[in-house]
Amino acid sequence: MQVTRDFSHYVKEAGPGLQHIDLAVEGVHCAGCMAKIERGLSAMPDVTLARVNLTNRRVALEWKEGSLDPARFIDRLAELGYKAYPFETASAEATEVAESRFLLRCLGVAAFATMNVMMLSIPVWSGNVSDMLPEQRDFFHWLSALIALPAAAYAGQPFFRSAWRALSNKTTNMDVPISIGVCLALGMSVVETIHHAEHAYFDAAIMLLTFLLVGRFLDQNMRRRTRAVAGNLAALKAETAAKFVSPGEISQVPVAAIHPGDIVLLRPGERCAVDGTVIEGRSEIDQSLITGETLYVTAERGTPVYAGSMNVSGTLRVRVSAASEATLLAEITRLLDNALQARSRYMRLADRASRLYAPVVHAAALLTVLGWVFWGASWHDAIVTGVAVLIITCPCALGLAIPTVQTVASGAMFKSGVLLNSGDAIERLAEADHVIFDKTGTLTLPDLEVVNASGIPADVFKLAGQLALSSHHPVAAAVAQAAGARSPILSAVEEAGQGVWATVDGVEIRLGRPSFCGAEQLVKDADLDPEASVVAFSKGAERFIISVRQGLRPDAKAVIAALQARKIGVEILSGDREAAVTAAARALGVVEWRAGVTPADKIARIEALKARGMKVLMVGDGMNDAPSLAAAHVSMSPISAAHLSQATADLVFLGKPLGPVVAAIDFSRKALHLMRQNLWLAIGYNFLAVPIAISGIVTPLIAAAAMSGSSILVMLNALRARNVARRV
Amino acid sequence: MEILVILVPLALGLGLAGLAAFLWSLRSGQYDDLDGAAWRAIADDEPPPETKADLAQAKR
Repeated sequence: MQVTRDFSHYVKEAGPGLQHIDLAVEGVHCAGCMAKIERGLSAMPDVTLARVNLTNRRVALEWKEGSLDPARFIDRLAELGYKAYPFETASAEATEVAESRFLLRCLGVAAFATMNVMMLSIPVWSGNVSDMLPEQRDFFHWLSALIALPAAAYAGQPFFRSAWRALSNKTTNMDVPISIGVCLALGMSVVETIHHAEHAYFDAAIMLLTFLLVGRFLDQNMRRRTRAVAGNLAALKAETAAKFVSPGEISQVPVAAIHPGDIVLLRPGERCAVDGTVIEGRSEIDQSLITGETLYVTAERGTPVYAGSMNVSGTLRVRVSAASEATLLAEITRLLDNALQARSRYMRLADRASRLYAPVVHAAALLTVLGWVFWGASWHDAIVTGVAVLIITCPCALGLAIPTVQTVASGAMFKSGVLLNSGDAIERLAEADHVIFDKTGTLTLPDLEVVNASGIPADVFKLAGQLALSSHHPVAAAVAQAAGARSPILSAVEEAGQGVWATVDGVEIRLGRPSFCGAEQLVKDADLDPEASVVAFSKGAERFIISVRQGLRPDAKAVIAALQARKIGVEILSGDREAAVTAAARALGVVEWRAGVTPADKIARIEALKARGMKVLMVGDGMNDAPSLAAAHVSMSPISAAHLSQATADLVFLGKPLGPVVAAIDFSRKALHLMRQNLWLAIGYNFLAVPIAISGIVTPLIAAAAMSGSSILVMLNALRARNVARRV
Repeated sequence: MEILVILVPLALGLGLAGLAAFLWSLRSGQYDDLDGAAWRAIADDEPPPETKADLAQAKR
């Protein structure tokens, strides 16, 4: 049977006779990697472009049509030591990129206008106290208007649009007072300029837009970065399936190119990428990712299999069904929708601040106007003072207070191996006071490891490892890895569902089921770990037992202790058997645990904790955890998690250790602290500036100085979010 | 003060030129990979193969 890899799904036309593909590459992090990859790929004949993007870890490739198979690029990168996979831009990410470019364009226009208006304003300010002629001042004011009005109309679009959306939905957000402030300031300045007045506020209005756009852009950039990384991870999971293109020929195609009714081949050791029904073959499948149950399930003709389950022993042919027919997935999706609806009720700190802010400021401005009229001022002077109040209270520092902290904190988290899926996750994570861990794949490592290697003679274990290289079985892979075996035994024969055997130096060696090696008696007598799977190894008449299990993450115990030291409650909820959960809980020092829990039970438990006023952080990886991840106040998933869980989780952590969980909590607590501090700084500034504005002595110079001063203060304060002591 | 007639358009023109340059650089994708650009500036250029051969010949 011939296997080909088909990546035509990802190839795009890039002009006459040229083809283009984007690859996500793992492990690129320096100039050296960049040069190595670009040179390695450019050296291939007919390649016209090979360019690495270090920010989003991707390679863009172009080559002459028809001359090269895209699979060769992936092989070439593998030779260079990088894992790569074709990448398809998700529409969500494309929108983010377009949005981010638009914001940057607005920022460029606003910054240009600010600089030029300032250049005209400073002579006016100094001229007002010296010898400037009124005609010259008017000329400069008109020039400022000429620059500021079109610039504000363009650069203000993000705020005007958002404010309009909010108003037409009969709500209000931070952009409503911003838009009103900017429009009033510009309008009043035009009127003042027509009347040859001394002060115009073109500079203040456009500077406000510039500072706010900086905040908006930072916020957007953080989201875009996370999207890009998440997109790469999805691509690098390389979800492919072996599809039958004719009865005897299979082709390895991306999952996106598989349709219901297709027949795919599922070999031992492969993870199923589709939902479907077995039509031929017999095997054991591991559904721990979906149900949390670590015991294998027997699959035969008619058994439904779900995306994410691992085929353990035999080869299966699977007919692909539509995802909606899969009852388990449909059930999980339904739970997920309900939970996500509950989540959206959370109100972000910035929204809460703006809800208070807008009415207070507008009331203050109105009272100022009425007050001045009451005390005998003219309507003109009163309105000018009222608008000055609006300008000086415009939430410039307020708009920067939260995005700057979020950007700095998410950058720091990224360095310690945590990715943010949603912007407000930091706020919610900082509030968490109870952590629920799933066991399989979260507290334990997703891969198997050999427990009793020290009890077996080293040379025997090495031989077992070499023999194991000839099998696709996940347990065999674990044995081979533990033994550090490199060179396989060429004459080894695999018997499906039983094991592998070979003859070395006239001695028969076997690795597999205890019955396959004649070691049933030995297994029956041995005192074994209830969680472990057992394989036997025989060399001539000698018999050994190798016990394999999912090991706990290396620092799991320290992380649990660190969480408890922070007065955070820790609990294990697992769908696994009681014996396995008890052992893990005991080893980690966790008092509260439940075994054999269904997805619905998990949600019920989270709701019960919520009702007691607790903020729950759920850490889980299985598809069965997705609804509870969504139901929890905040959620986290390891990078090995099922697709659905990863998409639902607020944060994703990378690598083997569990330490990023604690690091993320520390960073977000510090960040929330700084966000609050920043809000108070911004409010404090308003508290000082408003009386000055109400008393009517604010000049454009004071407004500009106060605005930039408070913005810089807030930005500098945000930089402190990086400094968090690492304690695990 | 007649100098303003020259200076003001000059200043605005320079500003607009800067803005145009920024928009051009944005459009040509120069902000797509800020991390990579930082490294590319200090990366060594590998001499093209034919120059290497020339150098080897020159040494002999």
